[in-house]
Amino acid sequence: MSWDLVFILLVDGLANGAVYLLAGIGLVLIFSVTRVVFVPFGDVVAFAALTLAAFEAGRLPPTIGLVALLAVLATGAEAWRLWRAGQPEGILRAILGWGLLPLTPCALAYLAAGSDRPAAVQIAAAILLVLPITPLIARLTLQPIADASVLVLLMVSLVLHFLLSGLGLLFFGAEGTRTRPLTGLAWNIAEGYSVSGQIIMMVVAALLLSLLFYLAFEYTLTGKALRATAVNRRGARLVGIRPAHTALLVYSCASLLAGMIGVLVAPVTTMYYDSGFVIGLKSFIAAIIGAMVSYPLTAAGALVVGVSESFASYWSGALKDAIVFGLLIPVLMLRSAMAQQVEEEVDEIDP
Amino acid sequence: MKPRHFAAVLCLAVATGAGAADLKVGLSTSLTGPAASIGIPYAKGMKAALAYKGEVGGRKIQLITLDDGSDPTTAARNARKLVDEDKVDILMGTSGAPSAMAMAGVGREAKTPMIALTPIALDGEDGAWLVAVAQPASLMVGAAVERMKKNGVKSVGYIGFSDAWGDLVYDALVKAAEPAGIKVVANERYARADSSVTGQVLKVLAAKPDAVMNGGSGTPGALPFLALAERNYKGGLYGSHALINADFVRVAGASAEGLIAPTGPVIVAEQLPAANPIRKVAMDFRAAYLREHGVPTTDAFSAYAFDGWLVFLDAAARALKKAEPGTPAFRVALRDALIVTKEVVGSHGVHNFKPGNRYGFDERGRVLVKLEKGQWILLP
Repeated sequence: MSWDLVFILLVDGLANGAVYLLAGIGLVLIFSVTRVVFVPFGDVVAFAALTLAAFEAGRLPPTIGLVALLAVLATGAEAWRLWRAGQPEGILRAILGWGLLPLTPCALAYLAAGSDRPAAVQIAAAILLVLPITPLIARLTLQPIADASVLVLLMVSLVLHFLLSGLGLLFFGAEGTRTRPLTGLAWNIAEGYSVSGQIIMMVVAALLLSLLFYLAFEYTLTGKALRATAVNRRGARLVGIRPAHTALLVYSCASLLAGMIGVLVAPVTTMYYDSGFVIGLKSFIAAIIGAMVSYPLTAAGALVVGVSESFASYWSGALKDAIVFGLLIPVLMLRSAMAQQVEEEVDEIDP
Repeated sequence: MKPRHFAAVLCLAVATGAGAADLKVGLSTSLTGPAASIGIPYAKGMKAALAYKGEVGGRKIQLITLDDGSDPTTAARNARKLVDEDKVDILMGTSGAPSAMAMAGVGREAKTPMIALTPIALDGEDGAWLVAVAQPASLMVGAAVERMKKNGVKSVGYIGFSDAWGDLVYDALVKAAEPAGIKVVANERYARADSSVTGQVLKVLAAKPDAVMNGGSGTPGALPFLALAERNYKGGLYGSHALINADFVRVAGASAEGLIAPTGPVIVAEQLPAANPIRKVAMDFRAAYLREHGVPTTDAFSAYAFDGWLVFLDAAARALKKAEPGTPAFRVALRDALIVTKEVVGSHGVHNFKPGNRYGFDERGRVLVKLEKGQWILLP
């Protein structure tokens, strides 16, 4: 194996790793605050990519209808809850927050579709359009059972994945799409080899976003509230942090991440309605390397997964995925050897 | 749920006007799952075929469509349901060889004939109730290899799916390449859902082949060409017939320029000489599809369903003289009629079945096309 080969594979692996890094952060974010392993994360990524592709093809993305429907359902659910709780004065706010707010990107997307808009507008519209999907779905399905066991939450999120990927097939068809590259720039390193600007952009975006998240968690009050919830939910409640609010916040953040990932990967890989799942699965390995709580370890894990995937595809293309998923075994063994036995946390809040 | 509804509505629609027993066709296809890009065209082609000719010998034909979710277990369960509950006269299906095999097993056990829309081969007693209306990989890949030889290719690198289809194309390539004096110098695999094949392509290029053969299908098959173009590969590009659809061209773009692939005549029907009988059937199929779905057909798969329908109509016309539909005797008569099918002109070729030959194809069932500026051009 010559050095230029190593270099090419390394760059390819880092580009993959950057995607897994962002997705891994999203998974850890959601899990640490809500205890949900959010399996449909990858589907939201695919929705973002395919929505952008629909914009580019001059079609009205069917995602608009999905978001609008979810918004109506969520508004209904919220209004019903407030009515039952004897707080009808909050209903107007619920309609504004759960109905009108998510419908705004729908309207924007509707305006952005059709004629030839600049790429930046289409990208922004695609990201904004998928942004409400995760919080709305979580409001409808996961929030009512927020205190259930991890296993129940996992099952619900698995079902959500099948629901979303089925909808993806219905909306976008079975064939894959690629979007136009965000930048045509390429950086010539050596004779016959160049690193495309797209890949550099992916890596830079991953680094910038992780830095941003780090700063937000360390230095803002909201970030601290999120960390507090992750460390101890009951304690956080006692000091006045509302779990529903923090959950809403992390779902929104994760949705934003998913949207960005979708837009970043769509030009370099062919996206299908179900390709988000594989991205989610591989970033899940990264998240497990980070024990579902540690962001730096997840980031490192994501890069390890990306690079080993790239090299595995060179050594044995057919066994590539087996090698990558096989990484889990030593990681889990190491984890369980190092872990201290802790009592399973009992339900903290009475339903 | 939807296909069941569709079937129910259809049953209702035809039940009103039927005096004598109707014929029942049971189609299981992948409307969801990874094989949906092939399975959905099958269902659409079959619907167009039903609209094209929905009766034989004065009998109405009912089409019952079920979704197998690209899963062989579900395909077998569907076949069982179609045979036991709906009492179909014939089974058709499905996208993906493993699923079609599973259906054929049920068909044989329940003594119900089956028309496979996917190239599967079962020898002897196992295949006694089966005919296939898709070209076998060996016929198609053989055509590509002949062209390689003509173009002076001495070595070829292979990159294909890490599944049964990838194996099938690779085996056909190796078998055809050796007598042609072409060396297969690389065998690399990737999965349909992979996002990158850089590693595999680097390995293929390290073997310095004169040409690269692609054993993928549909849009996932575009990935190796995109990666090869990224590495400035300038050699010959060859593929199998599974690559050919409009979405492949859309995704592969300029990277697949000059690609040579075998396909059924239906893809380039308008470029066929007027004397070719396949031309007329293929054009009829396109017209029927356009009428039924309102959009022109661009893929090869819906045409397989249409051909399966034509083969079925031909055999059913002969079997109806012997027995009443819906009876075991009719199913035996239909099987006996199917396996002596002679010169049925389809959109993909001319079908001839013999008791020992489950593939009804000859050289008329394949043409070579070249991708030039996003269009498939018929090669002489």
